[in-house]
Amino acid sequence: MKNYFLLILGMTVVTYLPRLIPFIALNDGKINKSVKKFLSYIPYTSLSILIIRGIMTAGNGMKIATIAGIGMAGILSYIKENLVLSVLAGILLAFAIINTTVII
Amino acid sequence: MESAKNTKDKIKEAIIIGLPIVIGYFPIAMAFGLLSKNTSISFMDTSLLSMMVYAGASQFMALDLMSAGVTAANIILATFLLNLRHMMMSASLAVEFKGIPKKYLPVLAFGITDETFSVISFNKEKITLPFVFAINVLAYCSWALGTMVGYAVGEILPVSLQTSLSIGLYAMFASLLFPEIKKSRNILFLSIISALIYILIFYSNIFTSGWDIILGIIVSSILGVQFFNENNEEREN
Repeated sequence: MKNYFLLILGMTVVTYLPRLIPFIALNDGKINKSVKKFLSYIPYTSLSILIIRGIMTAGNGMKIATIAGIGMAGILSYIKENLVLSVLAGILLAFAIINTTVII
Repeated sequence: MESAKNTKDKIKEAIIIGLPIVIGYFPIAMAFGLLSKNTSISFMDTSLLSMMVYAGASQFMALDLMSAGVTAANIILATFLLNLRHMMMSASLAVEFKGIPKKYLPVLAFGITDETFSVISFNKEKITLPFVFAINVLAYCSWALGTMVGYAVGEILPVSLQTSLSIGLYAMFASLLFPEIKKSRNILFLSIISALIYILIFYSNIFTSGWDIILGIIVSSILGVQFFNENNEEREN
């Protein structure tokens, strides 16, 4: 077994710095109104992108289960606004579909 | 006493709100631990990857590249690109963390992941040091412990269960986003436009994994600024 410590250290630094720098850079001073708006949109755009990316990069056998799980959670949360319940329902549906597909 | 009770309540709240992350992280971390073992990486290095790098997708990618014999410099570069998206997320949160004492920010920054960012962003009114810290610690512990458990006994978890639990993280993203769509047409517009832009970028195949996400976030958020400025229907927050 090789020792990967230096590699891991390098990965740690390049992962941590992008997480840290905005907190230092944006903490003082005034931020331009448009920039502020831009930043406030990031939760929506990044979430939407992560969801669509999850569907597109899901393995061939997993696409339907992924879409169904996401759809179930999305619709339930839209109606009920209960995060834990929606996520669990999504997982259950995905689990049921994966297992049915395996049997067929 | 009162503030101690207040802190306790905030941590309690964080445990409930952070639960989906814990449920989602553990099995994925287990899968990572198991895969790392099968790639003949030591228990120590596997644990360190999760405890120091703490970025799921890039850790899986690193295993892939390590077993392919890619040089360390190239693995580090690829890791940087894939995780650069957190910069956008930290930037977005930096504005919201104004009330938190500066000295804690380096610690909180370490805990920013797609999932903690999402949960914190969509609970803006709850942002306080104890709340954010508790969410971060819960997610981190789930990821680190899951990795170690997976390395030790990962074989016991059926693959179908692992997969469905990992779909849970996407289910969580959807559960956070969908109720927001109800609140404003702007959010609906942003969600649709960013998905479309990402699909376009994805199929154009010009950008490598990492850049595609960052570019998608930047372009669609800028479009939002442009579009809503013209329409002048933005609600302030």
